Amino acid sequence: MNARADLRIWDHRARQRSARQARAASELGTALRGKQVAAERSVDLLNAVLEPFDRVCLEGNNQKQADFLAKSLVRVDTQRVHDLHMVQSVLALPEHLDVFDAGIASRLDFSFSGPQGGRLAQLVSQNRLQIGAIHTYLELFSRYFVDLTPQVSLIAAQAADAAGNLYTGPNTEDTPAIVEATAFSGGIVIAQVNEIVQTLPRVDIPADWVDYVVLAPRPNTIEPLFTRDPAQISEIQVLMAMMAIKGIYASYGVQRLNHGIGFDTAAIELLLPTYAESLGLKGKICRHWALNPHPALIPAIEAGWVQSIHSFGSELGMEDYVRARSDIFFTGPDGSLRSHRAFCQAAGHYACDLFIGSTLQIDLDGNSSTATLGRIAGFGGAPNMGADARGRRHASPAWLQAGREARQGRSGAAGTPRGQKLVVQMVETFREHMQPAFVEKLDAWQLAEQAGMELPPIMIYGDDVTHILTEEGIANLLLCRSDEEREQAIRGVAGYTAVGLARDRRMVENLRDRGVIRRAQDLGIDPRDATRNLLAARNMRDLVRASGGLYAPPRRFRNW
Amino acid sequence: MSLHAGIETLDFSYDGRHAAGRFAPVLVGVVGSGNLEVLLEPGEAPHCRVRVETSARGFGPIWQAVLDDFHERHALAGVRVSINDMGATPAVVSLRLDQAVAELQSEGQP
Repeated sequence: MNARADLRIWDHRARQRSARQARAASELGTALRGKQVAAERSVDLLNAVLEPFDRVCLEGNNQKQADFLAKSLVRVDTQRVHDLHMVQSVLALPEHLDVFDAGIASRLDFSFSGPQGGRLAQLVSQNRLQIGAIHTYLELFSRYFVDLTPQVSLIAAQAADAAGNLYTGPNTEDTPAIVEATAFSGGIVIAQVNEIVQTLPRVDIPADWVDYVVLAPRPNTIEPLFTRDPAQISEIQVLMAMMAIKGIYASYGVQRLNHGIGFDTAAIELLLPTYAESLGLKGKICRHWALNPHPALIPAIEAGWVQSIHSFGSELGMEDYVRARSDIFFTGPDGSLRSHRAFCQAAGHYACDLFIGSTLQIDLDGNSSTATLGRIAGFGGAPNMGADARGRRHASPAWLQAGREARQGRSGAAGTPRGQKLVVQMVETFREHMQPAFVEKLDAWQLAEQAGMELPPIMIYGDDVTHILTEEGIANLLLCRSDEEREQAIRGVAGYTAVGLARDRRMVENLRDRGVIRRAQDLGIDPRDATRNLLAARNMRDLVRASGGLYAPPRRFRNW
Repeated sequence: MSLHAGIETLDFSYDGRHAAGRFAPVLVGVVGSGNLEVLLEPGEAPHCRVRVETSARGFGPIWQAVLDDFHERHALAGVRVSINDMGATPAVVSLRLDQAVAELQSEGQP
């Protein structure tokens, strides 16, 4: 042993953690009782615990928000706390960007900024913040354990007990991933809770991973993001759902899948007990899901279609229904849902055979993106759900069939037998206001130039997309053997958009003969049969009825 | 020219092979946002004349393409088609047109 090695400090993080706790203790005095901090002293707690340049995770999920701690963070003393590096999955609240406006934070790594996408782009252009990268959820959680480990995390839970154990309620979401990374690396975990109780219904986060608990003056904000009123589903969406079921789900025997949010996929869910049942598909498709508790899936669950659902988060109003269907959902001994975004993302990526979702723009290579000019919105989980998991994987019939189609007639590495995940982009050729879904060039390229990004923000890469489904038909990109075929297959389902009108008609007919393009008629579907009568529920009230009164939609959806 | 400000009127004419003969007017669809009404009435054979009144201006070439395809599918003769459109997508327009023709045919004509 040499003397210099003895001088090195190996527990810097633990010492720093103690120092932060000591500062909090002296700052708060009697306002700190055990782990509990009085709500009115939350800003003082943050002033004491935080240091300039800290990496901070402010729990912003896509549903549950640590909103009280977000408001507190905006009020810290910028002399003491500045240049924070925010590492959080979702920017949903104004406060998530106010911290950059106020000079409290200066750097950001995130996944999704949906409603704040416009303001985020503005702040970037004014140099008020630097974006490290836009991640997928799974990727950001992974980096929490590698090079973006939070020093301080501000999280939200439903309830705490006196010791500091936490019950998250059905919206566990990101919390376990955040807390695990922080608590086991010398970081500080601060939780806001809606109530403090003697005995928790169950423990989602053990007390010794939690440093401080603040009883928030109001319950945390939570958004019902996955509720789609069946009354708004159009006949065209019914038609596309029929094509998805017959042309893809039945063709590949898809048993394990993930649905994006939106009316297109809600229509599929509502056609399972009706149209799919009439095709004799019950038990042959759609048994296992990685999915939030979508109200639109209630009729299919009730009809016995679904065997299991693991969820990223929960959905407001579905609590009692989930509790009463504990064979289907993952629930705790207390009966309530246990969601988990990190595990569900992993499930969607590695254990599902199909992802189907929508997008705003698709180009001639099949690349798709929801990024549009003037907005930096991110993509959340779609790039993980909508990508083939490269590397070795277990075999399943759907995965093997997709792989065979992609590799048939190829040699060498490209011909080595292997499966492929089905990744389906389901879009109407025109969105509202006649915006074409098909474009020669994605806005993402221009956005990359404007914001100085190294790569265009493509959501799902063309070489991961296996099928594009529009009202005009299904393009099976697995069967295309050249860039030109791929382009014409895409043009061939692009309808009356400029991209669609510029098709080579002969080549498209040839692709149709080969089954690369399949129209509704080719699948034995008469578009005139695509009526809303096929929907197992036609409005919110029908969903409540289908649930036997267990589903309690939030007020804004109670339109009867 | 249209009577209503903001409404665009477009006229198209085709010559078809399938004479519709006599039939009671057929009306499908509703005038509502993102939807349209299609009215089929007897007209002068062998023509199929289409008048479009639409609240979405500037989509003439798309209407042309949609109606060319409609004519290629059915080649109606002796029919007047009146379309009252409130910004329906081409997919909805094609569906309504086909629904109207189906009703025409279910009356025992062409």
